[in-house]
Amino acid sequence: MATCLCEAFFDDVAIATVQVLEYLKCEVAFPDGQTCCGQPAFNAGDWASSRRVVRHCLKVFAGEEPVVVPSGSCAAMIFHGALLEFEEEKDLEEVRQLAGRTWEVADFIVNGLGVDEWPGKFPASVAFHRSCHSRGTDSGPATLRLLESIEGLDLRPFGEAEQCCGFGGTFSVTFPSISAAMGKLKLEHALKENPDCLISGDMGCLLHLGGLAEKGGTPVPTRHVIQVLRDALRNGGLIS
Amino acid sequence: MKVQPMDQFSAELADEVRDAVYDGSASGYDKREEALFGDYPDPDLLRRTAGNIKQHTLEHLDTYLLQAEAKMRENGVQVHWAGDGDAGCEAVLRIMRDNGATRLVKSKSMATEEIHLTEFLEKHGIESLETDLGEFIVQIDKDHPSHIVKPIIHKNRGGIARSFEREGLGAYNDQPEVITRRAREYLRRKYLEAPVGLTGGNFLVAESGRLVLVTNEGNSRFCLAATDIHIAVVGIEKLLPRDRDLSLFLGLLGRSATGQQLTVYTEFISGPKAAKQPDGPKQMHVILLDNRRTEVLGTKCREILRCIRCGACLNVCPVYRQASGHAYRSVYPGPVGAVLSPLLAGNRFPELADLPKASSLCGACNEVCPVNIPIPDLLLRLRDRAKQEGVKSPGTPPLAAWSRLASQPTLWRAVMAGGKVMNHLPLEMLPVRALKDWQSARKLPKWRGGDFRRWIKKHKEAESARGGEA
Repeated sequence: MATCLCEAFFDDVAIATVQVLEYLKCEVAFPDGQTCCGQPAFNAGDWASSRRVVRHCLKVFAGEEPVVVPSGSCAAMIFHGALLEFEEEKDLEEVRQLAGRTWEVADFIVNGLGVDEWPGKFPASVAFHRSCHSRGTDSGPATLRLLESIEGLDLRPFGEAEQCCGFGGTFSVTFPSISAAMGKLKLEHALKENPDCLISGDMGCLLHLGGLAEKGGTPVPTRHVIQVLRDALRNGGLIS
Repeated sequence: MKVQPMDQFSAELADEVRDAVYDGSASGYDKREEALFGDYPDPDLLRRTAGNIKQHTLEHLDTYLLQAEAKMRENGVQVHWAGDGDAGCEAVLRIMRDNGATRLVKSKSMATEEIHLTEFLEKHGIESLETDLGEFIVQIDKDHPSHIVKPIIHKNRGGIARSFEREGLGAYNDQPEVITRRAREYLRRKYLEAPVGLTGGNFLVAESGRLVLVTNEGNSRFCLAATDIHIAVVGIEKLLPRDRDLSLFLGLLGRSATGQQLTVYTEFISGPKAAKQPDGPKQMHVILLDNRRTEVLGTKCREILRCIRCGACLNVCPVYRQASGHAYRSVYPGPVGAVLSPLLAGNRFPELADLPKASSLCGACNEVCPVNIPIPDLLLRLRDRAKQEGVKSPGTPPLAAWSRLASQPTLWRAVMAGGKVMNHLPLEMLPVRALKDWQSARKLPKWRGGDFRRWIKKHKEAESARGGEA
């Protein structure tokens, strides 16, 4: 599942996901009918609209294969959010079946494929923003495990790491002032450590943080974790 | 276009208040982490266990309430049932009148805030004095608490010193020691004059009928030291099945609320003064308050009734930190308040239906909750309820149209590819308020819709060409 954000703005994140999974000997299929996971409507409380989109996902991603998503938040929409909004629906079982095989990509690499060290090199300092939808899932620890094992990668922890970046999808639209204040605080903490780039497992966080940084006159390169993994492979000459 | 009231409130909040709230909450969070993770190998397991005990209690509340009532009566406690806030207030007033009492001293209690007891009693000519220092300051300022355990988190000591000066409690002095001493001197006399001490209750144990109070200032003990009558207003969700459950809950409550292993005072009250005891209140009344809790129990948001009022979710919440407690326009602020307040509002639900929206759903509240309440899920359920009840919500994008688009792949692909036109438009000029607001603080990256689909198509073609060669 490429996600609508990657489709609209961050095609390289989707490309990197394919490249990394293929390096790991996965056969990657991209169902052409895919659109969005339904999260915007779910979060806004419009569950009827959201269910329509989830039902579309059920059709597009029918089968037994694992569904891998380069976004903790879209993955959580399928394996958690959808279960809530389908509680009283007849097709709850189908949703459960899809939820059971949907993975956030770092979690899939570490806990699905059993990889716990990442080859190649990435000679840069990075600040890793733990995106909120990875709370209570295995994605956060999985990502850290991979990042820490990359040669040359200098991971820079920063203050108030447990705090949200303020994106929250439609939250950033309906609560622009609180959202921007949260984002600025997050940037302040992360940039204090002078990282070469800011990384996360969710492009939503990075769309918001990158946009705030640029507008605020302190632009910082942003990368998805999967791009870092792909670039490490490239730098190590392991893929072209 | 109207904006969300909480966002507006936050935007207009004085820096001084925001800083006080931010610093107070952030330090509360740090202390909690230190205390929990320093003392327990697996705090998460404890949180989950405590959550299960509370959930079990709620699911058998009918049994446990009757057990608690019987046990309390056996212990000599007079038990009163209050279906709603008015009944709770009336019950207190009746006890006061039956005993010819016109003044009471009270310790901190969210339940009494919830039913606006002090205002009610004052209207009926009864002096009700807050003795918790923070609540006392709130009372003399005719203000409202803005945090569940730190009611004056939004104030600074300069303001408090001015309030004390205004009330004739001494010339301006902002030293915390001086402020505390002045409050103490004033309150000591009041404790001696009042015939009735009123408290809330942190826990009520069903098997023993024991009421447990935790405080740090010792004021609740003073409230019960010289008075003849003890009235406790206790929400029906405060029950725990067994005395032994207290070891887990007291350990979690102190650590989660203030980073203390145990609060300075923990009182276990089993009834009025017994014949052999030298002193203590001769009467003890427990008012069991429903006030829509039974109604909440019947909804899918019932987990919120597990709450033990520690305030950890407020401390960690990035929205609370930016907006302050008063932004929530209700007795219970923060994440717990965003769920509980609309639920307790009954048919006034639409007035507070914006509160569950004031969250990025980051889940930090759930992560710190000592009884593991899935607060983000409950916020989402209330958003769904608001939508179903047709409550208008300012600023929400047109998601029904979006969902139709997202279920039609051909149209979706066309829109994705066509979106590139945005790269050639000055986006700030588009007549879309949401986009304008968003872009006033953030720069949107270039639209690249269609690019990935082209790449993957080529990539797959190359792959099958290679496959063909092999």
